[in-house]
Amino acid sequence: MVSTATRTVRGMQSRRDRVAAILIILPSIVLLAIFVYGFIGQTLKVSLTDWGREAALALHPEISYVGLKNYHELFTGFLNMRFRQDLANMFFFTLAFVGLSLFVGLVLATLIDQLVWGETFFRTVFLYPMSLSLVVTGTVWRWLLQPRGGINVLPTLVGLPAGEFLWLSSREQRLIFDWSHVLYYICIIVLVVMAFMAYGHHRRGERQQFRTKAVISAVLIGILVIGVAGGITLLDYPEEHGFNKAIWGVVMAAVWQMSGYTMALYLAGLRTISDELREAARVDGAGKFQIYRYVDLPLLKPITVSAVVILGHIALKIFDLIFAMAGPDHVPTSVPAITMFLKTFRGNEFAVGSSIGIILLILVSLLIIPYLANSFKTGEQ
Amino acid sequence: MKTSRWLRFAIVCAAMVLAFASVAQAAVSGKLEIFSWWAGDEGPALEALIDKYEKMYPGVKVVNSTVTGGAGVHAKAVLKTRLLGGDPPDTFQVHAGQELIGTWVVADRMEDLTELYEQEGWHKVFPAGLVKLLSTDKGIWSVPVNIHRSNVMFFIPDNLSKWGVGVPATWEEFLKIAPDLKAKGVVPLSVAENWTQTHLWESVALSVLGPDKWEKLWNGELSWKSPEVIKAWEMFGDILEYTNADASSLSWQQATDMVVKGQAAFNIMGDWAAGYMTTTLKLKPGTGFGWAASPGTNGIFMMLSDSFGLPVGCPNRGNAIAWLKMLGSRDGQDTFNPLKGSISARTDSDLSKYDAYLQSAANDWRSNKIVGSLAHGVTANERFMNDFATVMEIFLQTKNANAAANAAEAVAIQAGIGR
Repeated sequence: MVSTATRTVRGMQSRRDRVAAILIILPSIVLLAIFVYGFIGQTLKVSLTDWGREAALALHPEISYVGLKNYHELFTGFLNMRFRQDLANMFFFTLAFVGLSLFVGLVLATLIDQLVWGETFFRTVFLYPMSLSLVVTGTVWRWLLQPRGGINVLPTLVGLPAGEFLWLSSREQRLIFDWSHVLYYICIIVLVVMAFMAYGHHRRGERQQFRTKAVISAVLIGILVIGVAGGITLLDYPEEHGFNKAIWGVVMAAVWQMSGYTMALYLAGLRTISDELREAARVDGAGKFQIYRYVDLPLLKPITVSAVVILGHIALKIFDLIFAMAGPDHVPTSVPAITMFLKTFRGNEFAVGSSIGIILLILVSLLIIPYLANSFKTGEQ
Repeated sequence: MKTSRWLRFAIVCAAMVLAFASVAQAAVSGKLEIFSWWAGDEGPALEALIDKYEKMYPGVKVVNSTVTGGAGVHAKAVLKTRLLGGDPPDTFQVHAGQELIGTWVVADRMEDLTELYEQEGWHKVFPAGLVKLLSTDKGIWSVPVNIHRSNVMFFIPDNLSKWGVGVPATWEEFLKIAPDLKAKGVVPLSVAENWTQTHLWESVALSVLGPDKWEKLWNGELSWKSPEVIKAWEMFGDILEYTNADASSLSWQQATDMVVKGQAAFNIMGDWAAGYMTTTLKLKPGTGFGWAASPGTNGIFMMLSDSFGLPVGCPNRGNAIAWLKMLGSRDGQDTFNPLKGSISARTDSDLSKYDAYLQSAANDWRSNKIVGSLAHGVTANERFMNDFATVMEIFLQTKNANAAANAAEAVAIQAGIGR
């Protein structure tokens, strides 16, 4: 009798708890549903229309459904070459920014970890740039990278000739590729990544994962062979894009801003490695460098993965830094987010702007969803 | 039945009285929200106008909404979201011409001001060429506050005589003296970021095409692929050979500085550069710095103008109309322009209030042929202007006049130029 009563009370309590929990998170769920997912849906809907012809800003603009035309135009239309160069810029910027931030962050963290004193001081110094807004960073670096001042005149202080590199305005391109064959390049990049991962799984004896990656690689090889044989091209004419050297200026500013953050991540990671592991390695006769290489670095891998995801999505969405550094119409350093803003709010082409927004969303999802899925899986285990 | 008819009549009468009362009241009290991107250097000129308005209508509280930065890019984005959200300001700054017409007039968001023009007698004092650029066949759409000239070439007279060169009257002459200047280590012509290159392009194109064909380009009678336009691109390419390599990381002020410091010989810029040199750099117009119409455009005034219009459904219509009346008045124009460094749109302005440069510009304004500027929103709608930046990029990257002409033609078709 007593036990039944307590059970009912407990049951009621847990039900009440659940109701309370739902009530507490309900507002944020509703807000998220409307202001994030609702508007993603709205943007997707707009991107499938032709909103942006004459009288786009009328009270009741004439809008009709055009399917995927905007997307098709962006990737193949003659006048959208700016968008395609933007994609190339974004790709190279992301690679350089993420790579360099990881490298600089790791080096700084390793050095600071070795310090006997002054750790807090240096940690603060290197973390400080992160507290600035990107617009401030952009403005400061715009001045530093002036062709006739700042960094370029530094060498004259020690009697060397002034630098001549046009940090933000260089028009030189490297790694030039033909956009009409871009599908092949994407296939090849994915193939290399997949083959590399397959090799890793094979080495670790994870047979099932190895099989999936191997199958994907084989399919990609097949697609490549058929594609090359069938001569599938995006454009009827060659259109050259490449790595603009002007991107280096933006990369420098971005790395300056964010490497302190990766440093903090790595430093936290280094602190969680238990000294027992290092002791054990030392007993086994490992030197300082070997401990770093075979104990510390492998244990930092999950941190690297999180850092890549965080920095990667910052890089894909970057707008303010470049807008402040190079202005809106500077194509050598432009990225899709800037073109999206200009198309939407200056050119009144709301549908095209929405399409660029959706493409950016897809790119960011490609980066984030596997990471989230993976952490959910590990969480369940 | 009878009573109900009487009742209805009484209600209609009451409503009319109320409506009239609210209109009458709106003209003397309430608020007036002015939306612009004038802060910083242009701030004082706007403040002077607001002071004047508040003195004339003491009951009205003026709300000065400015969104600064990006030469109006940010302000225009905010304005568009406000109008789409059904929250128009009472009046807003907009470049006169197609930037206003192509975005807001075609969308039926503006009120026709023809009546105001007739009532205030503005047809007599604004040049017909100007009114034409502000109008469509359905009406006149804004009141210009100021006039700037786009096709001006600036130089330092002492430097020119030191280098032994004169002011070129045509681009051919410029190309003749340019190699000589370059050999002396002087940049013949300084340019800055992307929009200033479009600004230079319009001066070059105007000289190659002449005013009539320039107009035909915008009403669709002259194709962008015609040989004349291709020649303009080629000429533009030849001229770019004699400009500074670091252009795209400079602001327009830095390009002017190059001329002032003797690093460059000439600079093509709107006449706000005269204001910059007079006010900020303290140079004396005429001796400290010199100016001429850009090569091959003597006798032509390529204008741009900031103007204010009357959005449909603005909350304080009466106050906004009072504001527009003041802007168009001789006194209003002469209050604003000497401070802004521009000239009055009226042909009867009091020239004694202006400095030497502005007096010469005002004299040209009264006598020259008036055409509209592309880079500053007079001749083409926003969609064309936005994509013209890409056309310019295609040219800068490839230096191919035909490619640029083809791209411009495609943009013109998509943006509905001349339709």
